[in-house]
Amino acid sequence: MTDLRQQAVATAPVRRHVSAGFVASAITLGLFVVAAVAPNALTPHDPFAMDFTQALQSPSLVHWFGTDESGRDLFSRVIYGTRESLAIGAGAAGLAILVALVLGSVAALAGRIPAGIVNRVIEVLFAFPTLLLALLLVSILGSSPLTLVIAVGLGSAPGYARMVRGQVLSSKNSGYVEAARALGHSRSTILRQHILPNALRPLIAIFTMGVGQSIVWASGMAFIGLGVAPPSPEWGALLDAGRAYITQASWLTVLPGFVIVVLALAATTLGKHIQSFLEKGEKA
Amino acid sequence: MTHTLSAKHTDAPPATRRRLTVSPRARSIVEKLVGAGIVLWGAATAAFLAQVALPGDRATTILNVRSGQTQLRTPEELAPINAEYGLQDPVLVQYLDYLGGLLRGDLGISYQQHRPVWGIISEQVGATLALTAVTLVLAWVIMVFWVTLTAGRGPRIRAFGSGVDTVTAGLPPYWLGILLLLVFALGLGWFPVIGGTGVNGIVLPALTLAIPLAGFMGQATRTEFERSLDAPFVLTARMRGMGDVGIRLRHVLRHAVLPAVTLSGWAIGATISGAVIVESLFTRPGIGSVLITAVDSQDLPVVTGVVVLVAATYVVANLLVDLAYTLIDPRMKNS
Repeated sequence: MTDLRQQAVATAPVRRHVSAGFVASAITLGLFVVAAVAPNALTPHDPFAMDFTQALQSPSLVHWFGTDESGRDLFSRVIYGTRESLAIGAGAAGLAILVALVLGSVAALAGRIPAGIVNRVIEVLFAFPTLLLALLLVSILGSSPLTLVIAVGLGSAPGYARMVRGQVLSSKNSGYVEAARALGHSRSTILRQHILPNALRPLIAIFTMGVGQSIVWASGMAFIGLGVAPPSPEWGALLDAGRAYITQASWLTVLPGFVIVVLALAATTLGKHIQSFLEKGEKA
Repeated sequence: MTHTLSAKHTDAPPATRRRLTVSPRARSIVEKLVGAGIVLWGAATAAFLAQVALPGDRATTILNVRSGQTQLRTPEELAPINAEYGLQDPVLVQYLDYLGGLLRGDLGISYQQHRPVWGIISEQVGATLALTAVTLVLAWVIMVFWVTLTAGRGPRIRAFGSGVDTVTAGLPPYWLGILLLLVFALGLGWFPVIGGTGVNGIVLPALTLAIPLAGFMGQATRTEFERSLDAPFVLTARMRGMGDVGIRLRHVLRHAVLPAVTLSGWAIGATISGAVIVESLFTRPGIGSVLITAVDSQDLPVVTGVVVLVAATYVVANLLVDLAYTLIDPRMKNS
């Protein structure tokens, strides 16, 4: 035992190789978290103060992202909108993974008939594209930030459910589970100690990527007027409000959109790094 | 994709030779048809449940949606609506009526416009299908060109190529659309700002949808492309003195595009739903505007009508891809 542990310590530094992509995406996401927790620390202006003499100013040193039709500083509004956007993204991704975990585990572990039924349910839900499923839910529940979380969460759940099913199945059919079974461990012990931990770990990576994706979906729905509505500084609402000024003041849509792209890209990159880190850990 | 995996064709017992011979291929085709039928039925059921799940009394909702007001209605007002939509029937009867209607191509009656949903959708669906078709073609052209150019080259070009795939795959359509609109319509004036239905008006909306799709398919294709470059048949081709470009186009590409072909069913569904946003941005006619209005006014028969049609398109496209595989793959031949 001690030998093995010493070996593990000795080889650890080799595996701790961190790439520039990992560092950059982690720092970027960290900044967004700061903006969500303490927006006043990063904002040069009051995001709600109107000043019609300063309306529709293009980006400058004073107003980094320019100003909107009421003269409000867009950069400050983007910073202040981070909290709601991140909350919607994290809420939707969390809900999606929770639903996916239930559906995916049943599909992989239950007896033939219940598993077959749940499998079909996943296939049926997967036939609805995320945005359309989310729009269907919004038309039933009406549009509010909470229904947006539910709609985007449930809309993206089928895809995640397929991933979870795959993870649980591969864990169930792995060598270590066969070994545990041969050692005479009970079904519940194997499930608790071997299958679930191994199937759950990749979900951290999937969740990280899911937050970015959910924000993209939620802001897309706001863009077509079915998400969070202006005058909220939520990013989707900023896009919705800026649409009317695309020809005169393109920064009102381009810059909030750019922030969304940066966040989604950072989340995807970080998620991929976590994923490959976990896979390496499994092989070693 | 899972249909392909679940088809048990390889280990089918060759027992029934004396009787009516059912080849594994025929059996796998039947299995796929049944599977697709079940998914379609499930999608229709989900659509029905969505209509029933609308909170509150449905007849009242229908009247309010139609008049744009929110108020309580008298039984005299509700009676004709209940009769028209069959709301006084038990839910099971309503369900069977709905399924029967779907089989006849009847998607129900719009709450708001008071006419058949199929009529509303069929007026607009042409523009969306045209956009979808052009998008898929463009995405394939961009993807094949980009992957053939950059996959399996030096490490820098490879990293750049796959980096571009990742970035473009994650671009939200509204943002990419705005950038294209600003540069090519407002800046350079090459294309009209408002889409319209002309050939010129379809280029920017289609590019907006095609670039992320190309990035997404490119990720799958690139992996397979680089694997195929090391395959023995490539070595053989090189030994025959074939040039690099020829090998890439004639041998490697053929293997590498298979994962992207598998994605086609998904890509069609994703493109149609992306079209909702893009049509809105470019003020193009299509089912996007129909859907947005319907969601906004809780006109559920229209929403479920669009959703069911898109799901059916996805299922049929997937089925065709699967069947094509079954027919193409030489390992499926019944010896």
